[in-house]
Amino acid sequence: MRDVLGADAWYVFHKRTSLGDADAVVIPGGFSYGDYLRAGAIAGFSPIVSAIRDFAGRGGPILGICNGFQILTEMGLLPGALTRNAHLRFECRDVYVRVESEGPFTDMGKGTILRLPIAHADGRYHTTERGLAELEQQGQIAFRYSTRRGGAPNGSNANPNGSVGDIAGVYNRERNVLGMMPHPERASEAILGNDDGLAIFQSLRRHLGFE
Amino acid sequence: MSAPANFPGEPESSPAIAREFGLADHEWDRVLTTLSRKPSYAELGVISVMWSEHCSYKSSRIHLGRLPTTGPQVVQGPGENAGAVDIGDGFCAVFKMESHNHPSYIEPYQGAATGVGGILRDVFTMGARPVASLNSLRFGRPDHPKTPHLLKGVVAGIGGYGNCIGVPTVGGEVQFDASYDGNILVNAFTVGIAKTEELFFGVAEGVGNPIIYVGAKTGRDGIHGATMASAEFGDETESKLPTVQVGDPFMEKLLLEACLEIFKTDCLAGVQDMGAAGLTSSSVEMAARAGNGVELDLDAIPRRTKALSPYEMLLSESQERMLMVAKEGREQEVFDICAKWDLDASIVGRVTDTGRFVCKATPGYDPFDGTGTRDPVVVVDLPVDLLTDAAPKYDRPQRPRTERASIVSLTGDAPEDLGAEIVRLIGSPNIGSRSWIWRQYDHIVQDGTVIRPGDGDAAVIRVFCRDETGTREKYLAISVDCNARHVELDPFAGAAMAVAECTRNLVCVGAKPLGLTDCLNFGNPEVPEQMWRFSQAIDGLSAACRALGAPVVSGNVSLYNETDRRSILPTPTVATVGQLEDPSHRLGLGFVRDGDVIAHLGEPSRGVLGGSEWLVQRTGSVTGAPVGIDLDAEVALQHAMLELIGNRLLQSAHDISDGGIAICLAESCIAEGLGARVTLPPTDDAPAHALLFSEEPSRIIVSISPSDVGDVGEICRRYGVPFRKIGRVGGATLLIEDICDVPIEELAEAHAAALDFIVHEPS
Repeated sequence: MRDVLGADAWYVFHKRTSLGDADAVVIPGGFSYGDYLRAGAIAGFSPIVSAIRDFAGRGGPILGICNGFQILTEMGLLPGALTRNAHLRFECRDVYVRVESEGPFTDMGKGTILRLPIAHADGRYHTTERGLAELEQQGQIAFRYSTRRGGAPNGSNANPNGSVGDIAGVYNRERNVLGMMPHPERASEAILGNDDGLAIFQSLRRHLGFE
Repeated sequence: MSAPANFPGEPESSPAIAREFGLADHEWDRVLTTLSRKPSYAELGVISVMWSEHCSYKSSRIHLGRLPTTGPQVVQGPGENAGAVDIGDGFCAVFKMESHNHPSYIEPYQGAATGVGGILRDVFTMGARPVASLNSLRFGRPDHPKTPHLLKGVVAGIGGYGNCIGVPTVGGEVQFDASYDGNILVNAFTVGIAKTEELFFGVAEGVGNPIIYVGAKTGRDGIHGATMASAEFGDETESKLPTVQVGDPFMEKLLLEACLEIFKTDCLAGVQDMGAAGLTSSSVEMAARAGNGVELDLDAIPRRTKALSPYEMLLSESQERMLMVAKEGREQEVFDICAKWDLDASIVGRVTDTGRFVCKATPGYDPFDGTGTRDPVVVVDLPVDLLTDAAPKYDRPQRPRTERASIVSLTGDAPEDLGAEIVRLIGSPNIGSRSWIWRQYDHIVQDGTVIRPGDGDAAVIRVFCRDETGTREKYLAISVDCNARHVELDPFAGAAMAVAECTRNLVCVGAKPLGLTDCLNFGNPEVPEQMWRFSQAIDGLSAACRALGAPVVSGNVSLYNETDRRSILPTPTVATVGQLEDPSHRLGLGFVRDGDVIAHLGEPSRGVLGGSEWLVQRTGSVTGAPVGIDLDAEVALQHAMLELIGNRLLQSAHDISDGGIAICLAESCIAEGLGARVTLPPTDDAPAHALLFSEEPSRIIVSISPSDVGDVGEICRRYGVPFRKIGRVGGATLLIEDICDVPIEELAEAHAAALDFIVHEPS
């Protein structure tokens, strides 16, 4: 955030209870508490969590990436759950996602296709049939896995983990909280061979009125 | 001082117990003579583990001295937890490779996971933040009944640990060969970045300084692991399960962050991780390096199980533990940082000036009982020297292998359809894609992976070097390699070839080699033919490291890799670290543009098939005349490459190695899905298949923009490197004139599916 976007960004230790005067919160990937119990389960009870909940309640934009997405579902800030990949392996590779719904992190427009890397063992999004219908109705599905040209995976490994509805990322109903399994921050610089992910952070910057 | 007390419940030491602990009878006699008394049971445990091959290098030490270890760029050579080379502006790359072969065969997931954990600790103990890992794996033949289980377990274990702690595993190599059926190899490499003036060392400096134990509590796991790693396997090996440790990568992450934070405070005099032989080797080695003694209070050791005896505490290999020597009076700072990271820390001893390793414990005392009066007695009292410098050192007898004379030049029967043969070869487990493996590793965490696995001959990472003046980005290339079949046929040349290929890989991505670490995996050193292989390999490594400017800065020896008297192929694995002057110099292995000229650098093949994958598949054995290596030609080739890359004259580079020129060309086509039309360089009368599949070294296939061809030829001529245009990029097939015309799609499909039949999972 600091090096590529020039944003004033800082880390908040999990034992702290205040976020400071942040305009936005990013919960990054990682293996919080080793993910031994269930991905994100223990982090959902960290001391900082109530400050994050308050921030979300005030409409502050929150982006959860990978383990951050898992934590947000464990906290109940996002609907559904992330379970073990269908093939049961950790998988790290590039996938394609299609933007399904506009919001603070996705102003690039519906139908935009992004190439982004994934790196997870527990990324299989799950929700009930009713939950899925509701997500669709409310336009909460932010990204779906797709083929290179934006087509539906149709059971192929373009959906890398068996997520229901090919879902790669979801908004909360108010659309200020986004969780996604792919890593846009790992695809935001040309030197890394891919800067498709930058669009998500630029969208946030515009949303916050910085340009 | 009187003889240490034998702890209640522990037996009297005896020659029989000494044998069980792995000491030879003459070594037991040597203990008695030196001490002028019988050792206590705990002392015998300490001596046997410190005199084990794993800790003492007793069979290898006199040979290791021949390796070149110096150079202007070397910041830290062998002897510390890891080596270090200068990468400019006051920063260094800290790296090492280590084996975890025996534990991984017994319990592949945990064995491999704790191997990764151990090498990460070696690197961050030096004060470096780990930035990337590699691994080198060897399994038995692809259709051996145990291979799927071992492969899946090892890969999941490496990923499980590395992914969780957040260090990218950016590359590696794997080979399947029947010689590893009963003894797989798991060699793990990690590189980290540190400020050179802030490097930390494993020294117990400052008499009176407190010794602080930090991290996981001690249990009974891994007791005598170092001794196990120094013995052959037999039928009862799987009953050694309790000697395998269990990893906790989250604990290690806490330890990593806490250590780096503690190091910044300058309140430590020394630090060492507890790896093989646990508390014993870490405290003894720190004392030895400082020329001091240590005294440990075993009653204070944090533990997670009841009724641990001194012997068990001293030899436990519980993971994720560190031993720190704090400066006196600054203990509290260490405790405060540990508390922040939820880590246990307690003072367990002091540095002394006695030159002795002394341990005390109270008979019958157990912190879990709550009560009990502490009245410690001495249970170990041994000279540090006896456990380190004065440990046995052997110049074991050597005998050259005898069947050498019978080696004939073998070319096998020529296959009828060479195109089909190339497809078959590229779809076989030793040649095809490893993506099933590296996709299970997070190879891009930390946002620095510039060349990913499969995209270039070596991995390239961006590292951030931060100091008060700001942040600098630097670019490192890393590679690991060894083809043991060539070592088997000619240990000197084969070992030299490993170094040559590993540095050539760096050069092919645009990096200049800086240094090397090795993992010398061999059979039983008490067998003269094995010892000869080891000694020859050392000479081969030395010659190549000297010639190619890659001094050895760290390493590890793993002997007794055999099961039921069957030895593995001699496998001196090497890993190299290099640096790119400019990230825009980086090159991938794939052809990038239709119309580019394809050229062959280096002496064309003579069609020698010895040790090649093709011949092994044909004959079922590692055979044929050794291919040999001309180090002068290799040096010229690598120097020419660096100049070509520095002038941005190349579009891609890929060295010819396993599978020969046919596989090299096919891989360069598959990478971006571009075809090629080539004519093989003419040779005397070698058959076409021998030219296609020979693994002779010192050859690189490059692609060049047509306008740069003249300049490339001129530079090659200046360095004396044979340069030959062999074709053009283009089309949808790999067309080799008069030999084959194979669709790239067909090659790519076979390549991608190479491991499927072992893992029985779609890639």
